[in-house]
Amino acid sequence: MTAKAAAPRLELKGISKRFPGVVANDQVSFAVPAGTIHALLGENGAGKSTLVKIIYGVQSADEGAIVFDGNLVQIGSPKEARALGIGMVFQHFSLFEAMTVLENIALGMDDPPPRRQLEARVREVLDSYGLSLDPHRYVHTLSVGERQRIEIVRALLQEPRLLIMDEPTSVLTPQEVEELFKTLWRLANEGCSILYISHKLHEIEVLCESATILRGGKVVGSCDPRRESAKSMAEMMIGGSLKDLSDKSDCSYGEDRFTVSGLSAPGEPPFGTSLKDVSFSVRSGEIFGIAGVAGNGQNELLAVISGETQAGVTGSIRLEGRELSQLSVGARRKAGLASSPEERNGHAAVPAMSLAENAILSARSRMGLASGGVIKGGAAKDYATRVIEAFSVKATGPAAAAGSLSGGNLQKFVMGREIMQNPAVFVVSQPTWGVDAGAASFIRQAMIDLVAKGASVVVVSQDLDELLELCDRLAVINEGRLSEAMDVKGIDIEKVGLLMGGVHGSEIDGAGAGRAADPSHAPAKRPEPAL
Amino acid sequence: MMLAAPVIAVALTLVVGAVLFTLLGHDGLGAILEIFVKPLFNPYRWQDLLVKAAPLAMIATGLAIGFRANVWNIGAEGQYILGGLAGTGIALATLDMSGGWILPLMLLAGIVGGMAWAAIPAVLKTTLGVNEILSSLMLNYVAIQLLYYLMRGPWKDPMGFNFPQTAMFTADQTLPMVVPGTLIHLGVPLAVAVALTAFFVMTRTITGFQMRVVGLAPKAAAFGGFGAASTVWIALMAGGGLAGFAGILEASGPFGQMVPQFPTGYGYTAIIVAFLGRLNPLGILLAAMVLALTYVGGESAQTTIGLPSAATGVFQAMMLFFLLATDILVRYRVVSGRAAPKTARAPGKAEAEAKSGAKTGETKVVTA
Amino acid sequence: MSLDLLVAILMTIAGAATPLLIAGLGELVVEKSGVLNLGVEGMMLIGAVTGFAVATTTGFPVLGAFAAMVAAALASAIFAVLVLTLMANQVATGLALTIFGTGVSALIGAPFVGITTPTLGTIFPDWLTSTPLLRLVFGHSPLVYLGLLLTLGVWWFLNRSRAGLILRAVGESDTAAHAIGYPVLKVRYLAILFGGAMAGLAGSYYSLVLTPMWAERLTAGRGWIAIALVVFASWRPGRMLAGAYLFGLVITMELQAKAAGFNMFAPEFLAALPYIATIAVLAIISAAKRGSANAPACLGKSFRATA
Repeated sequence: MTAKAAAPRLELKGISKRFPGVVANDQVSFAVPAGTIHALLGENGAGKSTLVKIIYGVQSADEGAIVFDGNLVQIGSPKEARALGIGMVFQHFSLFEAMTVLENIALGMDDPPPRRQLEARVREVLDSYGLSLDPHRYVHTLSVGERQRIEIVRALLQEPRLLIMDEPTSVLTPQEVEELFKTLWRLANEGCSILYISHKLHEIEVLCESATILRGGKVVGSCDPRRESAKSMAEMMIGGSLKDLSDKSDCSYGEDRFTVSGLSAPGEPPFGTSLKDVSFSVRSGEIFGIAGVAGNGQNELLAVISGETQAGVTGSIRLEGRELSQLSVGARRKAGLASSPEERNGHAAVPAMSLAENAILSARSRMGLASGGVIKGGAAKDYATRVIEAFSVKATGPAAAAGSLSGGNLQKFVMGREIMQNPAVFVVSQPTWGVDAGAASFIRQAMIDLVAKGASVVVVSQDLDELLELCDRLAVINEGRLSEAMDVKGIDIEKVGLLMGGVHGSEIDGAGAGRAADPSHAPAKRPEPAL
Repeated sequence: MMLAAPVIAVALTLVVGAVLFTLLGHDGLGAILEIFVKPLFNPYRWQDLLVKAAPLAMIATGLAIGFRANVWNIGAEGQYILGGLAGTGIALATLDMSGGWILPLMLLAGIVGGMAWAAIPAVLKTTLGVNEILSSLMLNYVAIQLLYYLMRGPWKDPMGFNFPQTAMFTADQTLPMVVPGTLIHLGVPLAVAVALTAFFVMTRTITGFQMRVVGLAPKAAAFGGFGAASTVWIALMAGGGLAGFAGILEASGPFGQMVPQFPTGYGYTAIIVAFLGRLNPLGILLAAMVLALTYVGGESAQTTIGLPSAATGVFQAMMLFFLLATDILVRYRVVSGRAAPKTARAPGKAEAEAKSGAKTGETKVVTA
Repeated sequence: MSLDLLVAILMTIAGAATPLLIAGLGELVVEKSGVLNLGVEGMMLIGAVTGFAVATTTGFPVLGAFAAMVAAALASAIFAVLVLTLMANQVATGLALTIFGTGVSALIGAPFVGITTPTLGTIFPDWLTSTPLLRLVFGHSPLVYLGLLLTLGVWWFLNRSRAGLILRAVGESDTAAHAIGYPVLKVRYLAILFGGAMAGLAGSYYSLVLTPMWAERLTAGRGWIAIALVVFASWRPGRMLAGAYLFGLVITMELQAKAAGFNMFAPEFLAALPYIATIAVLAIISAAKRGSANAPACLGKSFRATA
């Protein structure tokens, strides 16, 4: 830490921000001294993103003041923020797929030098921080980690005095996370303050020297994460304890029910990942996990299994021995294969339609919601009502528009709609993405209950902790290739991390013993507060 | 609420139209009265209105089915011509025959002719991914040249003093009047029946559900098992079939033969009808009457106050502009009114929404 | 074939290609910003009639061309307000603009039917156009040269200038551009106005250069061909130039065949040829590369800045 300035680099005083019907930030105050890494902790919906958008000038606060290096400032736009020396790396990168790295960097600067000079400066920054990135590559050819590097370089070129990182590690492999931390420590040593937004407690314990905890838009505590236990921080974050998932150790597995073998398919245009010879099989009563960093073919795999993608697909998909790969989406559903894609709004559900109509979308044949091509309105309403009740969906009724539900409630409805059709196999992507802790635990329990009845479940998730908690076996997908399946009990986390980062088979075996066998003590793993 | 935007749009068109035409040196207020009011008080004009509204409603109903699913068939004009030509082909082949089967066969040929013309953009779209807006529109120009060719050459009436037109249709080839002694032919009740059927299909059947889902959320449609190709085909067959049907009804009804002046822009005006009717078949029946009024009133305004014939087109386009503008304002009120009560008890939802918005790109709303 | 005839044919090709090129480049810039404006035909008609009216009343065709640009840009402003500020559907609004342009141009043009106007002729001295070959270089309307310069200018703007980079970024990802702090709507407003002005200029070419008179629907669907050419060109100015001249050739074939009394095809078939060729070209280009990476990712979608 440097002692150059007595005033903190950033100080927030009573920041409040309201949206219609919601208070996103309520009298938030805290300070970040120069050269420190400060964590902003909180669950989804705690108000973290809104707060950093205010600091970066994307949104304006209704009340309160921002003091930067001892001066009261008004930050009206990201441009003004950058002029002050505030840089930001977004959770969802503001990148342009069809443009080069250099063009993207130029777009992120307010007054970029001519392209040759810019390229020289970019290479300089890359060298000095030991980052590897080709300035002339098109963004759509880059991995997620490389894309994040663009944003970091973009921020570093402005020589920031405060760098905001919004959930930077949620899409990175454990190895990429370590690389990132090295960069951040170096920046802090050079005097740059870092505001680090995350809900990953273990990372914060390692990385940060101070933390502010948000819940429901309010500051509910602050601490030194190095001296705090993950448990105590989690309790502050959640503000209560959540019920444990029922133990599923006593359940027994049946025969192989769902077998995918040699599945290959082209990527989604224009920049998707193609699937290459994907094989796995799931027994009845089993939850099978597919881990991996986003954009490695997960969406393609789900679309191929559900039947939404048919063109160019080779390989076989068998349910209880029956070949499904030539069947339509509807026929696969009839055969007992249910699915739920990552995207709720606009993919699993039609936001502008009622819940009853959304029930028709995927349950019409198995639940008899139509006959002879004519919709049975009453039956659709009944089924939607049953789903709402059984899955405690907070909605005004079956006539409520899907788009009027909160993310967690809509996900509960979507999951309920599929699970209550009693599928033999349920394939689901990101079941708890962007869902609050209570709903997440409900959804996980529902999947456990489904396999307890003898079904098979395939969970595709970027959240490794969720998979370790939920699954019996898992495999890792990287660049469209799926690894061998591994038993979750006694799994080698380091090996999983290497697989996620694209290091395959023999290379790993030669790497020696893994870091930890017990997931609950793995350093790369955070305790999941939701569980 | 459903009616608010179209009513406001028509009202604004009247007001702005009156001002605009006054500024252009015409009798603005007189023009409005002449076009939009006077025909309503003239029983003979009412017949004319119904006869003009029927093809507009029929074409618009077909187009609306496609527009719901974001399939932009703007080739109705060409499909209308081909429907007329296909039916005329049957008529010319059966000139010296008689029997009650001839007219139904002509009508069927009209539907098939329109569908066949619409099948070209459908095939191009489903197999190669060719944009249907451009391909269907280009075919309008081709259809007109085909019509000219047939009128000038092969189909010219040998007894017609070298006029480029076909022989008159026989009694068995002509549409009967439903009310004797008036202009109201069978096409008028048929247009109403088509709209009612379409209303049932769109609201109560899986096919209608499919079209609506595709328009609102194409990925959800794929998830629900509705193929993109089948949607394109349904949309273009409905649009082409009904445009072709309207075409042969016009040829065998008001025209009674095929002439080079057969295309009158109904295929384009029907686009306005479809939007003014909010893509709802029942709304389209009303909207077709309004647009028919601009034709009927526009014609009489030409003779009575010397308003240029082009004024009709300007009024029609203004109506669509105002509809598109007010539609959004009305939609906004609906959306904000619905969202407000429930966010009250969901703290932090805005943040979650902002995230999902960034991810799904749902801020990029394509409105139809 | 004599040199005179060959030069005449080549000049006809350039003449037929130029309005497609100018309107197409305008639309290309609009689409690169993420907006699909299907009103090109309507704006061209407004340009054609305005140019004609101003040229006949003032006697200065250059003034007519300027007025055409202003009038069509004003018409495109209606479109811009609807699709950008009011977030109306771009397809429907573009169609409305074409219907509007058709009606308004017929209304304005009614008193001018049957009159001829001074044309926008060559700009070089007579001695430079005294031989066929010199004529091929110097004998065109100034708009032909302008079209070529515009191709170069649009290429430079999109690929070399910072403003062009920002415009492409806005068309590629409006949300990302907004997040960085670029004024998405302002960029799109300017692009639409530019596209309108170019469509107007292209329209005036029909009434001031090609046929020095006004008739309803004078542009006969050429605006739609210009839009199709943007797809054909895969949003690249250089290919736009090639596409426009290719269509200039197709249109010239029709004219020449008629003039030569060429009877193998019905004249109606020749008249339909440019439209059939458009469909064929779209089919070939779509078959060759599905999911073209060069298409602006946000094309046709409304953008709303999140609060």
